[in-house]
Amino acid sequence: MMMNHPLKNPFNIIPGTVITGKWHRKQFKVIKELGSGANGTVYLAQHGNMQIALKMSQDGLSVTSEANVLKSFAKVQGSALGPSLLDVDDWESSKGLFSFYAMEYIEGPDLLSYIKQKGRVWTMVLILQLLNDLAILHEKGWVFGDLKPDNLIVKGPPARIRCIDVGGTTQIGRAIKEFTEFFDRGYWGLGTRKAEPTYDLFAVAMVLINTAYPERFSKTIGEIGQLRDAIRKKTELTQIEDVLLKALTGKFTSANEMRSELLQKISGIDTASAGQRKATQPQPEGRNTTPSGSPAGMSRTALKQQRQSSVRQAKPKKQKKRRVWMETFFIFLAVSFLYFFYILFKVI
Amino acid sequence: MYAGKIRQILLITDGCSNQGEDPIAMAALAKEQGITVNVIGVINEDRIDEQGMKEIEGIALSGGGVHQIVYARQLSQTVQMVTRKAMTQTLQGVVNRELKQILGRSQSLEDLPPEKRGEVMEVVDELGETVNLEVMILVDTSASMKSKLPTVKEALIDLSLSMGARSGANLYSVCVFPGKNGDVEKLMDWSPKLQALSSIFPQLSTGGVTPTGPAIKVALASFKQKRSLRSLLSGDDESSFEESV
Repeated sequence: MMMNHPLKNPFNIIPGTVITGKWHRKQFKVIKELGSGANGTVYLAQHGNMQIALKMSQDGLSVTSEANVLKSFAKVQGSALGPSLLDVDDWESSKGLFSFYAMEYIEGPDLLSYIKQKGRVWTMVLILQLLNDLAILHEKGWVFGDLKPDNLIVKGPPARIRCIDVGGTTQIGRAIKEFTEFFDRGYWGLGTRKAEPTYDLFAVAMVLINTAYPERFSKTIGEIGQLRDAIRKKTELTQIEDVLLKALTGKFTSANEMRSELLQKISGIDTASAGQRKATQPQPEGRNTTPSGSPAGMSRTALKQQRQSSVRQAKPKKQKKRRVWMETFFIFLAVSFLYFFYILFKVI
Repeated sequence: MYAGKIRQILLITDGCSNQGEDPIAMAALAKEQGITVNVIGVINEDRIDEQGMKEIEGIALSGGGVHQIVYARQLSQTVQMVTRKAMTQTLQGVVNRELKQILGRSQSLEDLPPEKRGEVMEVVDELGETVNLEVMILVDTSASMKSKLPTVKEALIDLSLSMGARSGANLYSVCVFPGKNGDVEKLMDWSPKLQALSSIFPQLSTGGVTPTGPAIKVALASFKQKRSLRSLLSGDDESSFEESV
């Protein structure tokens, strides 16, 4: 029976407590609490010489469901989207039986803090990575569901976006079970809660809007009108307005389509304005940030230059791509020309 | 896929009943008929009435359902979560009983190793997607609820959006208590959508007493009436999960 109370956390596991699984007898030593939500609490724990994340819940059903999702992720080759599952078990504590699962601990700041630290130029890089992962996920028949910056962790270096909460992940065609209003198209009156790739793409657009409005905003008139107004008030969003509007109204057929259109848009944007970076880069701090691991001996400015040059590469890359196409075209032309003569001679 | 039916009462209130039958007894009666009673307690910031809390817990406990205390602003999320949780719980109960029959008395879902449990959960998830759902929504319209009613309306329309994404059919009916004349007033008869509420809700007036018990009683009667009417029309024997309860 669920007995949730908004004012108290049902678990109070003291750091140092050793949790032993009822079935597999694996031991996990709790280090600290990482976060708590409606569906359970996540702890950082030690298992052997490995740090892992432990999700514990009073609701054995949701633990089993989530573990199922993670298990099926493991079958998806090359997808780095969710954390990998290590163990599912029960814990017989003095307060009763709790189900839990152990997963890979993904360490790093969440998407918004990362962008705040490293500059807006990272937004697009990370969103492009995300769209790539979503494309794989959708192909395998899943929709992420509860997509929001809080669930997106930037691991690194090298910076790599990862999703940490798979509670909302749903098979395509079913109903989305877990969502967050701001990122939910149903809330804005722009679609159903059926698990479809377009549901995730809507959320991606809202994540982008969230980067420009860190405080978020609530629904007034709702629907596309309010969101379009919000987009037009921020220069960084107007630059990609077409892509955002298409994603918000469900016009993209796949994550790859959105990805390539976004890529096209940002290659057209003047990198100088997109590359506005904070003059001072505060050393990352806080709960689970990794120290920026710059290669030893490399000075800060050198790193900066390296980063800037990687930004500038965006444009030549496109030209290079065009060159590749031209090459293919010429080879094709030459081969068909030769073939034409070959046939001509045969006939003669 | 086996298309059964789940019947629930969803009670949205902010405090103690003070008129008519004992709501906890009425909830127990509902459970006996295979209808679970879920309760959402809507509170203002940080203010919880101990006695109201107890009653909310008691109703859900004897009604075999789920309860949750929330602030008004979190209502939308909660309504759909509670409905879903209760649904899963009912289905899990059904699956559990089946398991007991197959594996013997002492076995239940918790006794299965996590791997097997995962497989059973897949089945429960699948059922939750396809099962037909009937929810009777009871809204407390006593004076203290007045400021919360617009939020309740939003939350209910949102619920129909969430449940509507499933492939199973949904039917809702809405009653308010106290009603214009008498304890309970039926606002909306069984219908697959809740959108009609947007025009009815703003005209609601709020009253003084909180006849929670009578409201549950009316809800039960409404389930019964609906069933007899349907069996009269189609003459079929509807499969329902209540038989196994």
